[in-house]
Amino acid sequence: MNAPRGGVVLAWAVALAAVSPYAQSAYAVEAAPIDSQGQLTNPALQLRYESIIKELRCLVCQNESIADSNVELAADLRRQVREMLIAGKSDKVIFSFMTDRYGEFVRFAPPLTAKTALIWGAPFFMLLLGGAIVYRVARQRSRMPLDE
Amino acid sequence: MWKFLLPVAAFVAIVVLFAFGLDPKRDIRALPSPLIGKPAPQFALTDVLDASRGVSNAALQGQVYVLNVWASWCLPCRQEHQALLAISQQHVVPIIGLDYMDEREKAKQWLEQLGNPYSAVAYDTDGRTAIDWGVYGAPETYLVDAKGRVIFKFISPITQEVWDKEFMPRINAARSGA
Repeated sequence: MNAPRGGVVLAWAVALAAVSPYAQSAYAVEAAPIDSQGQLTNPALQLRYESIIKELRCLVCQNESIADSNVELAADLRRQVREMLIAGKSDKVIFSFMTDRYGEFVRFAPPLTAKTALIWGAPFFMLLLGGAIVYRVARQRSRMPLDE
Repeated sequence: MWKFLLPVAAFVAIVVLFAFGLDPKRDIRALPSPLIGKPAPQFALTDVLDASRGVSNAALQGQVYVLNVWASWCLPCRQEHQALLAISQQHVVPIIGLDYMDEREKAKQWLEQLGNPYSAVAYDTDGRTAIDWGVYGAPETYLVDAKGRVIFKFISPITQEVWDKEFMPRINAARSGA
């Protein structure tokens, strides 16, 4: 009786593992070979490399990051990031290298500046607007007689 | 008063947004170049037709020129090629080619079969010059003024009409200003 139950538990464990964040990192490992050079030898650099290329937009297929894209330009840009990391460049220098050439659009999360304030502020503005509307409607209703 | 004004204001705002956003003439994939007004990135590459000959834009300092990014795999480049040939016949400015992510033999073949509108064609072996210029496709065409600054970038195939409307006024302005 214990054996089939153990089987069920195992099946659940496998199913959960498949949707867990660990499984996603397994996908990332699978996707890595598009870089012919393989992983960077320094694990800290490799981590920074992965986070930077996820933050940079592939300009050919504009909704993919250069980490996800197999386009040649994405490969060239990954090589560029890699070389700059090995040369000891900071994340800031690498991002400004990219935005100097391709514009702010190359970054998925553009920095907060006067020009991008609207994008960053819009969700909060919408929230305030929605809250104000709800507040007004609720107040009006509360003034209505109950039996009507 | 507010009950009337607010919806009207919202309506006007949406009309303005749609007029811009849904404009069929606007290429939503075309990105503004951050290079405009900045010094043109330097390059020193070899000529696609002759690997022993160098092509560098330092040699063009002091004159207005056009840099046209193309490749033999690029279908829209074939589409603009006739127009480029005609434009080069008018001898207004030197047209420099930048052969992008290409194979030298195929590029040579292209120029021999279709004609060569370029005063020189730089062969960008590893795409580094293209990255410096912010190239993300082909064809792309840049206009550089006599002070060596990029003053205009055009994405998508050039036609005679585009040349007359977008390039000529800027070339004339750059020349009278310099």
